[in-house]
This record gives sequence, structure tokens and C-alpha cells, in this order.
Amino acid sequence: MSAQNDDSAGVTRRHTLECMLWAGTGMVWTLVGGVPGSMPLAKAAALNPSKTFSFVQISDSHVGFDKPANPDTLGTLREAVASIKTLPTKPAFFLHTGDITHLSKESQFDDADQILKELGAPVFYVPGEHDVLDDNPGQSYLARYGKGTSGAGWRSFDHEGVHFIGCVNVVDLKAGGLGNLGADQIAWLAADLKPLSSSTPIVVFAHIPLWSIYPEWGWGTEDSARVLDLLKRFGSVTVLNGHIHQVMQKVEGAVTFHTARSTAFPQPAPGTAASPGPMKVPPGLLRTFLGITDVTFQRGEDRLAVVDHTLAGEGTSK
Amino acid sequence: MIQPSDISAWRIRHKQANTSPAASCLSVAILLMSSSLCFAQPVTIHVDNFTFTPVETTVAPGTTITWVNDDDIPHTVVATDGTFKSKALDTEDQFTVTMTEPGEYVYFCSLHPRMTGKIIVKAP
Ligand SMILES: [Cu+2]
Repeated sequence: MSAQNDDSAGVTRRHTLECMLWAGTGMVWTLVGGVPGSMPLAKAAALNPSKTFSFVQISDSHVGFDKPANPDTLGTLREAVASIKTLPTKPAFFLHTGDITHLSKESQFDDADQILKELGAPVFYVPGEHDVLDDNPGQSYLARYGKGTSGAGWRSFDHEGVHFIGCVNVVDLKAGGLGNLGADQIAWLAADLKPLSSSTPIVVFAHIPLWSIYPEWGWGTEDSARVLDLLKRFGSVTVLNGHIHQVMQKVEGAVTFHTARSTAFPQPAPGTAASPGPMKVPPGLLRTFLGITDVTFQRGEDRLAVVDHTLAGEGTSK
Repeated sequence: MIQPSDISAWRIRHKQANTSPAASCLSVAILLMSSSLCFAQPVTIHVDNFTFTPVETTVAPGTTITWVNDDDIPHTVVATDGTFKSKALDTEDQFTVTMTEPGEYVYFCSLHPRMTGKIIVKAP
């Protein structure tokens, strides 16, 4: 009895390293062995480049949104692409974590594609709820981005020994509920992970956060616990989400959760407004709330450096 | 805006009071107003701040209900039993249905499923 208590206390100590970091402009977060700390980007760039690769997460472009919070979402997406071209390490590829468009219109997908093709490297997408609003939900999205995916668009791929998994948690949502993965996708994920060694670094990306940030605003996923259960044997797991249009991070054991900024408009911090609708900020400050996330993997050091850059240039010169 | 449900609640309270002839007269007037509202008056439900207002509405069969999106983000209106389903409603877009069959209809926004509402259709 007491041994059992001791054991569970030990587990608790090992796994209580949890922190929630609220968005702040110009912060640079680096993960070393799963423990976050701030680090200037100059130092991140100085890491041995021959054993690293980086990729960039873009999220919540909302092409087609034209309300006062940001009347020119195409312009800010263009700025995001331009800012990516100034990064010290050229990204090997890109992840777009959904809400590419605002209303799933063909013209909105066209406009987004026109800008994103300038990136000059592959983009792996997962849909946001705004990308599956067509009459036959998700058909337009899948026609464009569904190649090599299963079901509603979930997929996995490998890059330099890192296993990437794109999950879809925005379709078939139930009244009163949160984001939803569904039994089919979870069965697929279990089979996908099965052959992997526990030392394989894992990166999971999905639109709605896979951890409970603020269920009152729908900021969580009903069945994410089943995914985390499947991932708990792995030594390095990074979960990248969008949807909430602000940076939030939590580290729980070997799992790092991180949400990216939007390239379109900010949303309020949980519970600080009447609703999670677009947050209006003075035009001069808008770009300090928008941005992209640059992730660098360095082999042999179990290190994924997650660096958030704003469109105002913050995060690049600290 | 006065909703039929508000009036019927008041009517019940009034009946219980069971007072003067003047009050009874008022009662009859409200009953008449209530039934005319139920049969003829279309109902508007506003969608704002990720909330349906009123969140629950009781109407007579044949009532036309219109949802208006006052929010600066799109929403949908989807009955859980499939009775009605709107397209994505952008700001100021509307969706109208006429409710004929008595029953309770729970609906939600398929983009933001925490947003739910209910329509009760019953003869007055
Ligand atoms: Cu909604």
C-alpha cells in the first residue's frame, strides 16, 4: 500500500512539470530535453546546422475574412510568407494547421494557394472548421490537399527520422461538444504508431488544440486523451495546434503542447472577453499579434526549438 | 422583443393570482395577444457573441423562425435530428425555417458546437 503510494508520488513528481506560458510579444521559447527556457534566436541559429532541419508552422490564415480586426488577411499572409524567407535556416517544409480560408470558397482557396506556393517547399495541411463549410463538407479541401491522406484528411510522413502525424478534429462535431477525432482516426493512429520505436521523435499537428485549454470556448478535443495514451511510450512528442490565434504552451512529461499565432487576426486570452470572436487591436499593434512558428530539430540532443515570430519582427532579434 | 414564452409564463402567474374583474379583462387581452403572436408572428433569433438569443423559444406550429448572424464570425444552425441545416452564415446572413411539426428541436452551430439552442413547437 505505502509502496504503491510512493510509486505514484514518484510518477507525479516526474510528470508534474507543467507550465502554461501566456503569449508575450518577442519571447523565444526553446525546448531542451522537454524543459522550456527562453533563448535568443541568434543562439538558436548558431546551433550546428549540419545536424538540424527546421520546418515552419503557419496557421489560421482565414483568407476571405475582411472585418475590422483585419480587413486585409491576404496582405498579412503575404507578409508572413515574406518573413519566412528571412529565417536563418531555410525550412524543409511547412505545416498549415488549418483555417486556410474563412468560408471554404474556391476563390478563397485559390487566393491562399497563390500566396503559399511562393514558399517554394511542400506544405502539409490539416483542415480547420472554416475549411469544411462547403455543401459536401470537406470535398473542396480534400480535392486540393487530400492527396496521400485517409478519411477526412489525416496523414503521416517521416522526415530525417522524425515521424509527423496530421490529425483532423474539425469534422462531424457533436452538439455541446468540442473538437473530435473519432474512432476511425484513432484506430488508424494506433496502427500507424505500432511499428515505431519509442525513441522516434513524434510531431503531431491538428487544428483544434489536443489539450484542454478552455472548454467553455470549445478550446479542446473530446477524445484527445486516447491519442495521448497512444503517445505516452514515446520519449519526445511535440503537439502543434492552431485555432486559438495566440501562443500557448504546456509541457507534460515528454509531451510539449504548443499553439501558433494566426496570420489573420488575434483572439482574446481565455475568459477575458464575452466570446472568442476576433479581437480588435489598434492597427499599429496588429502585427505584434500575428505570426508564424519556426521549429528546429537537432539530432542527438532530443531538442526541438520552438520559436514564435510575430509579423512585427519580434522574436528575431532578442 | 416580447416572446410567446414570456407571455405564457406571465399568463400562468396571472391565473394563479385570480383577482379582480379588471385583472381578468387584462388576462383575456393577453391571451388574445398571445395566440395572435403564436399563429402569425414570425420569430427572430439573434446569433451574437457565440450565443443564440433567445436560447430557447416556444412557438405554435406553422411559425416562421429566422436566425440572423450579428457576429463577426460565421456560424451555422443545425438541428441535431436533421430537421433543418443552414449553410455557413457570414455576418448579417439569415436562415429561415417554418416549423410545422410539434416537438422539441435541439440545434447547434456545427463550427462551434458549444453553441446550442432549442425550439419547442406546440399548439397554444
Ligand atoms: Cu459558431
